[in-house]
Amino acid sequence: MNFLVCISRTPDTTSKITFEADSRKLKEDGLVFILNPYDEWYALVKAIELKEKFGGQVDVIHVGNSNAEVVMRKALAIGADAAFRIDIEPDSSWEVAKYISDFAKTKAYDLILLGKETIDHNGSETGAMVAEFMDLPYISYCNKLDIDGTKATIAREIEGGTETSEVNLPFVLSAAKGLAEQRIPNMKGIMDAKKKPLDIIAVDKLGSDLELVRFELPPVKSGVKMLAVDDMDALIKILHEEAKVI
Amino acid sequence: MVLVYIEIHQGEIKKSGLEAICFAAQIAKLKSSPLTALVLSNSDSLAGLGNYGVQNVLVANQNIDGSDSQNLCALISQVAEKNQANYIVLSNSSIGKSVAGRLAVRLNRPLVSGVNTILEEGGKLIFRKSVYSGKASAYYTSKNDKAIIALSPNSISPSKSGDSNATVSSVEIAVQPSKIKLLDRNLVKGKIPLAEADTVVSAGRGMKEPGNWGMIEELADLIGASTACSRPVADIGWRPHHEHVGQTGIAIKPNLYIAIGISGAIQHLAGVNSSRKIIVINKDPEAPFFKAADYGICGDLFEVVPKLNEAIRKFKSSNS
Ligand SMILES: Cc1cc2nc3c(=O)[nH]c(=O)nc-3n(C[C@H](O)[C@H](O)[C@H](O)COP(=O)(O)OP(=O)(O)OC[C@H]3O[C@@H](n4cnc5c(N)ncnc54)[C@H](O)[C@@H]3O)c2cc1C
Ligand SMILES: Nc1ncnc2c1ncn2[C@@H]1O[C@H](COP(=O)(O)O)[C@@H](O)[C@H]1O
Repeated sequence: MNFLVCISRTPDTTSKITFEADSRKLKEDGLVFILNPYDEWYALVKAIELKEKFGGQVDVIHVGNSNAEVVMRKALAIGADAAFRIDIEPDSSWEVAKYISDFAKTKAYDLILLGKETIDHNGSETGAMVAEFMDLPYISYCNKLDIDGTKATIAREIEGGTETSEVNLPFVLSAAKGLAEQRIPNMKGIMDAKKKPLDIIAVDKLGSDLELVRFELPPVKSGVKMLAVDDMDALIKILHEEAKVI
Repeated sequence: MVLVYIEIHQGEIKKSGLEAICFAAQIAKLKSSPLTALVLSNSDSLAGLGNYGVQNVLVANQNIDGSDSQNLCALISQVAEKNQANYIVLSNSSIGKSVAGRLAVRLNRPLVSGVNTILEEGGKLIFRKSVYSGKASAYYTSKNDKAIIALSPNSISPSKSGDSNATVSSVEIAVQPSKIKLLDRNLVKGKIPLAEADTVVSAGRGMKEPGNWGMIEELADLIGASTACSRPVADIGWRPHHEHVGQTGIAIKPNLYIAIGISGAIQHLAGVNSSRKIIVINKDPEAPFFKAADYGICGDLFEVVPKLNEAIRKFKSSNS
């Protein structure tokens, strides 16, 4: 069984975010970049678990520049077999999905896995787009997956509950918490990763109709107003007049 | 034309659906174009959507389950093409998210998801969304004045804009049989999904043990709130996972968020700092949450919360 895991690189959440002078690009110096947690902890590890069970190959793919090679090596150290980097800086999820699906169409994957979202843009956009380009079913926010022959049984999170469904391979899924248990790369994994292939694929820039106008930092909070610990009247007033919940 | 897809749940228009309509009405107004709403099943309240700026409601009575994004995409894209819709608006719900990306590909136009505000600059429509876990905003526009917009829940308060009925008609679109077989759908009954909740009461490790949550649930009941929790509390099984908010849990933006016995770690704030008002109850004056709060009470939650519940009860009985 062959698996493709789409991996992205994001600033660590504890990062202080600032932008270049034109307000259109994140200032990257001084930031720590990580493998997007949903891709690493859940999508990648689930693919590796399935490979361990059924045999086959786990490929990881990233669309972006060479800065991502550190996190790609980490994916190899965790247990992916081969890595592919589409060498272009995408401006939209649409482009990311187009490059990924063009690549995937040249291979025969049984399952394509993505993270539920990137923690920088919180878009949750790419999975559905890959599925549409490939004309495959898409199941988002999976937190449980069992495969039996060509049939997959999946549990997923929806607003206010859960849903279980059945679908035949191949399909596209996005991974949420619960799908797998995080794995920490060990020394052997890290050594092996150095010998695993990391192919760089040159492509033409597609461009998109989406235009980023600017980034903006939010206004600083005016500061907390502390209330005396026994001043319930003040709290009641806030709940009644400001929040209007009572 | 502007097209808005809205979800109907047990015969009722979802709150997030009404928000999507009002947002779509803003686009329609700026573009001076008509607004059409598309739904999967009939509901008595559809004609009343005229009050929110909708001219036409199309009801697709085919047996489509909204959770199959392939079928839903086939439906929405065909309706959009037939009616030459330039902007398509949906709610950024789990259904909305899984179909929005498909529509962007099928109709070949940009997607802006998680949008919370629209503005007009130099004749262009600009859409704002929150990025980097709420630490910044990004503004996007579509170069060809066509886009798919997925609206973040709780971004706008729906209000009536007129007083007229929408025409309701049915629409027949052929779609393929679904490739996904739904086995079971389990909804927590009676509760508003956290992502859509207006008011949220949340508690963390400061609660000491799961048996202490009675006062949190009581407070939530008293003010009509949903309950949430910090991650460690869900991890150790004190609270169900669907209550976990933050970077790795659900991102919420209620009008009011009350955080009790939660330190306010950056990963927690990532999911809640878009809340309109934040009240923090914590005994540690140095708790980082106070920096993100509008109001703070520095004290022992085991004293403050019961006292607050009592005060609310008193207030309610003297005002009813
Ligand atoms: C990659 C990553 C992702 C994460 N994602 C999330 C996430 O999505 N959501 C999340 O919540 N966390 C997340 N975390 C964990 C986060 O870093 C914090 O550890 C967590 O939020 C702390 O939970 P807490 O505030 O309940 O507990 P604690 O940090 O233990 O804080 C308890 C608070 O209660 C107060 N307290 C104690 N007793 C009382 C009392 N009697 N009265 C009043 N106050 C009292 C204390 O002063 C303290 O501030 C993540 C961490 C990592 C590394
Ligand atoms: N540049 C990229 N290269 C490869 N995969 C990506 C890239 N960006 C996003 N993804 C995948 O798409 C998922 C959802 O991302 P997003 O739509 O940006 O929230 C991520 O969790 C990754 O699995």
